[in-house]
Amino acid sequence: MSWTELYNHHLLSIIIFLPLLGAVALLFMKNERLIRWWTLAFMVADFMLTTCLVFKFDSTTHRMQFVERYGWIERFNIDYYLGVDGISVLFVFLTGLVGWICVLASWTAIEKRVKEFMIALLVMQTAMIGVFCALDFFLFYVFWEIMLIPMYLIIGVWGGANRIYSAVKFFLYTLAGSILMLVGMIVLYFKAGGSFDIPYLMEQKYEFTLQAFLFILFFVAFAIKVPMFPFHTWLPDAHVEAPTAGSIILAGVLLKMGTYGFLRFSFPMLPDASLFFAKPVIVLSIIAIIYGGFLALAQEDMKKLIAYSSVSHMGFVTLGLFLFNKNGIEGGILQMFNHGITTSALFLCVGLIYERTRTRLLGHYGWAAKLVPWYAVFLFIFSLASLGFPGTNGFIGEFLILLGAYEEYKLYLVFLIIGIIVGAAYMLWMYQRVAFGKHHAEGGHEIKDVNLREVVAMVAFLVFVLWVGFHPVDFLNIVDDSVAHLISQVKGGELLTEAAVEAAH
Amino acid sequence: MEVVTSIKPFLAVLVSAVAVVLILASSRNPDLREFWSFGAAIVKFLIVLSMTPVIMDGKVIEFTLFTILPGIDFGFRVDALGLFFATTASFLWIITTAYSIGYMRSLNEHSQTRYFACFAIALSSAIGVAFAKNLFTLYIFYEILSIMTYPLVAHNEDKDAWEGGKKYIVYLVGLSKTALLAAIVMTYMITGTLDFKEGGIFTAGMQPVLVTLTYVFFLIGFAKAGIMPFHNWLPSAMVAPTPVSGLLHAVAVVKVGVFSVVKVILYTFGLDAMGLFNLGIPTAFFVSFTILAASIIALTKDDLKARLAYSTVSQLSYVILGVALLTPDGILGGIMHIANHAFSKITLFFCAGSIYVASHIKKISRLNGIGRKMPFTMAAFTIGAFSMIGVPAVAGFTSKWFLVIGSLQAGSIALMVVLLASTLLNAAYFLPIVFRAFFKEPEPGSHTEQVREAPPFVVVPLTITAVISVIIGIWPDYFLEIAEMVIHEGADIWKAH
Repeated sequence: MSWTELYNHHLLSIIIFLPLLGAVALLFMKNERLIRWWTLAFMVADFMLTTCLVFKFDSTTHRMQFVERYGWIERFNIDYYLGVDGISVLFVFLTGLVGWICVLASWTAIEKRVKEFMIALLVMQTAMIGVFCALDFFLFYVFWEIMLIPMYLIIGVWGGANRIYSAVKFFLYTLAGSILMLVGMIVLYFKAGGSFDIPYLMEQKYEFTLQAFLFILFFVAFAIKVPMFPFHTWLPDAHVEAPTAGSIILAGVLLKMGTYGFLRFSFPMLPDASLFFAKPVIVLSIIAIIYGGFLALAQEDMKKLIAYSSVSHMGFVTLGLFLFNKNGIEGGILQMFNHGITTSALFLCVGLIYERTRTRLLGHYGWAAKLVPWYAVFLFIFSLASLGFPGTNGFIGEFLILLGAYEEYKLYLVFLIIGIIVGAAYMLWMYQRVAFGKHHAEGGHEIKDVNLREVVAMVAFLVFVLWVGFHPVDFLNIVDDSVAHLISQVKGGELLTEAAVEAAH
Repeated sequence: MEVVTSIKPFLAVLVSAVAVVLILASSRNPDLREFWSFGAAIVKFLIVLSMTPVIMDGKVIEFTLFTILPGIDFGFRVDALGLFFATTASFLWIITTAYSIGYMRSLNEHSQTRYFACFAIALSSAIGVAFAKNLFTLYIFYEILSIMTYPLVAHNEDKDAWEGGKKYIVYLVGLSKTALLAAIVMTYMITGTLDFKEGGIFTAGMQPVLVTLTYVFFLIGFAKAGIMPFHNWLPSAMVAPTPVSGLLHAVAVVKVGVFSVVKVILYTFGLDAMGLFNLGIPTAFFVSFTILAASIIALTKDDLKARLAYSTVSQLSYVILGVALLTPDGILGGIMHIANHAFSKITLFFCAGSIYVASHIKKISRLNGIGRKMPFTMAAFTIGAFSMIGVPAVAGFTSKWFLVIGSLQAGSIALMVVLLASTLLNAAYFLPIVFRAFFKEPEPGSHTEQVREAPPFVVVPLTITAVISVIIGIWPDYFLEIAEMVIHEGADIWKAH
């Protein structure tokens, strides 16, 4: 098999397993410097491949592309089945981007067990990209579960003082969710006559009661991951204790898995139940937006503040998705991407300042504009992006969701705008407490401004903040057809009564 | 309407943004730094000026950078109204730069680089608002202006400055993220576009409740226009250094507010829709309250800058009142007042700063006899005050004249009475200052004796703006012609009525 053939026909497999290959090689290395560079090289290579993937991607169709399919466990009809559509390709790319930035963010922050940490990062990368590419439900589940272990270790081994509690909480919550998903998966398998084939499962019609039952199972599984109110309590703990790279992965990619689950499973497979439960989910989203915002407003710990802001922002995403119109879903997907960029960048900022001061309490800052002006500039832009300042990515996402919400039910606008204004309040207030007021750090410490490595990482995020902010069409084009197809899958599906199903048999 | 494509509007916005980089780079060399400010100001003014002939030919200049969303571009469109505002703002930036140098150096202020850099960005965004092609572009620049003027307002970095800055940002960003954003979303959903268009984009047959609600959200959202009860940020923002108050709170920031309101009334709603949904005259009555109430509050203020601030709140509503009359002369008067008020009010603020530089006096009650010590400053102040009152042969008279005729055209005696009553109030709060300065003996024991006229960098700019106030009062033709181009576009509509 030649290299070009490999590249042309097995691109997804390469992207998925390249990091794992790097991790295996790491087992035989000792020099920490080499380990860091080695990991970075593999992550960057992987990112380049995901970039190629996006360029090769044909956005004029909703069909699955780069499909690879081989029999795996044939007795149970389980396949090694990969492919991406417009929605998943965007998140494969996001994962690729976040991957190498995580390595940069851990360059000096991780001092002990560097090798193990880098292995965890690489395995995590394989699992995350696998989740987005899998078209076989069983394969999806395998990647989904693999993610748990390195993440548990990243929080539990390299985390802060209360890391064990947070890691266990994270593990239990997520595991509870995936067990529910497993049940749902098995029910679907038997209903469809023994198939884990996701596109095939999408084409099946299930009677409403079954849909409703499965929807609730999947909903809890995904809502924990998002996390939606009231399943969000693990998130602040996990974020606060996780090292910077862990937080970036959590915010940047893992939270997107939940909403991706809705898009990939709940909506197309269970359209009637999705429409039926749309209103309650929207109510939960609105609660998340406003309640999450107020929780963020009350935080003294910068990292916790951003963690709660995630709850609020992901509320926008779920609300947008469950509107089931073009603006809403596209806004939701774009906001998933935006949140991945902006919140990761903010966690990076927290990490930088924590590394220098060993504190995350906002009351201890207040000198950033004076002592570390470049840091202050970056933090400023990312804060603005987070609060949806026009010209940044956050604005476009929020704007589309507002358009979708207005189309669906005008009063949603009122709640969303309350959420937006609270968002502006906590972000600006946070920025004020970080940047202004004091002329000296406590104890008169000398604090260094950002170095080249950190600038590279932040500029990478900055590019997308502005790119999406000024030219979102590039990103919306990718998802356009897939979203149109998704909407037709949901709204085209008529409500089948049980009698009708029986009659069909 | 003929459309000319030209990159000039984009360049006009870009000039000061580029200057920021140069200003920051030459922070160690103040003379070079101020050279960049001057250079950018002059280049910007010349670019704006060079577009005048095209606009006076009845054409518009457009330049689209890229499409954000279907139906929403990021781009520029220069029409007579935008040109009118841009000419005023970019010209006054040159004068203010000179004044700032004098003021900041005499007081030996800190963080001057930051000051000049923020100033340049503020001007970029003001011009961006003036030349915005649609509401989306306008919104971007409007928000940048709010954020980037915060460091200017909070310049002193003391408790008052933080408080003033906080109020400033909470009001401006708060209202623009709530009401204005909602209004933009509603406009887009109702009409399918955000473009500015002659005659507006709202038409008959749309739901009156929604259209009215959208309009109200616009009025609230553009809090920079200082309509009561959303005016409170303006007096608090007076903690800023005086040149900031001068340029930003007499020209750039507040005028961006009223300009946006005017733009939305004329180019988003359009005169037809404004009449159809009966939005014009109620607006005029609504802002009448601001005109009178702010004047009355101004009477009670002893702090010179606070009195000027409330005077500004009152005068801004003249502009909105004029345009909301929806009659040719009313609109003409409103638009003219954007420039007339700018030149005169900036003179007044410059004078307040000049007095502060020379004597550190902020209170009106301590100004007795200062006119004899600072003849240039107080002469300029008198001219500015006359203009605010609307004394003939000074700028303010022209706009008030058109406003009064406009209110008669609209058939509303009540609004004319409001205008005349506010003239009396203006006289009541400005003339005592002039009287004190020239005709009262200094109080014994006050240190007014040692006061000398402020340095030339301060005095020359304020003399220039005062002289211009007189010139455009006697020969208003230049601005009048541009303003007439604006209402020219609406001429057909009035003929129909």
